[in-house]
Amino acid sequence: MYLAKIYVTYKPSILDPQGEVIKAALKRMDYSGIEKVSQGKYFEIKLNAIDVDAATSEVESLTDALLINQNTETYRYDLSLVDEDEVVL
Amino acid sequence: MKAAVISFPGSNCDFDMLYALKGFGVDAQIVSAKHNDLTEYDAIFLPGGFSYGDYLRTGAVARFSPIMSAVTQAANNGKLIVGICNGFQILTEAGLLPGQLLTNRTPGFICDDVALSIANPNTAYTNAYGTEEIIHIPVAHAEGNYYADEETLAKIENNNRVVFRYVNNPNGSVHDIAGIMNENGNVFGMMPHPERAVDAVTGNEDGKNFFKSILSGILAGA
Repeated sequence: MYLAKIYVTYKPSILDPQGEVIKAALKRMDYSGIEKVSQGKYFEIKLNAIDVDAATSEVESLTDALLINQNTETYRYDLSLVDEDEVVL
Repeated sequence: MKAAVISFPGSNCDFDMLYALKGFGVDAQIVSAKHNDLTEYDAIFLPGGFSYGDYLRTGAVARFSPIMSAVTQAANNGKLIVGICNGFQILTEAGLLPGQLLTNRTPGFICDDVALSIANPNTAYTNAYGTEEIIHIPVAHAEGNYYADEETLAKIENNNRVVFRYVNNPNGSVHDIAGIMNENGNVFGMMPHPERAVDAVTGNEDGKNFFKSILSGILAGA
């Protein structure tokens, strides 16, 4: 079984209003060194696939199809082989 | 004219839309998003709400509901498809309209009457309005910030596909865009709610000419 950890963020050209609000709050809380905050989405997906190539292709396909909107979002992911009963955090 | 108002799990303006359409004498019916056939309808309305909880992104899950293949087929056959608020978000996610609706520039839910200008008076959605008219229509959204990349925007603007613009942009939409249509003009989406402005009891009837425009077009084409 494979575990994909998928990180979705806005493309750099897209304004991230939630990140901006968090940044403003951090500044008000006296975290003076904050340069940039961006808020994204994190997914953990367990999947069965015959090999790593098949798992890679499945993860990229489902991410493009549903997890992101390609107008504004981009992603990166980590893929690893895990035991069937491994607890995912 | 027979109209379908699609009810997704989480739609909450479906009966407002039904009420508005029936008020103009339209034979309108609620159709569940579980259905997959819309051949008997002349026009299809995707109402406002929070389809499938708007989890992941607004409209992202709704676009994969069974009814959407029928909506796409109807759109390709030239039938009128109208998406209001969440309906607009679903149409963009489905790729039937370009761009995407993002979180408002200042995050938060806006519930207000906003002024709109008629960006293109020669459409199936605006022909009953005056060219220079400014109308007021309710908005109720947290993700109404219309975004499209420069190339897409240029295409939309050059073909006069912006239908309504905000007079005082409430949400950060590019080019003050409140409503757009597709290249053929038969698929339309807007964030404001004309169906909430058709009855004197609500104190605002500026949405009436939206429905009159649609009806005159449909009747003329029939």
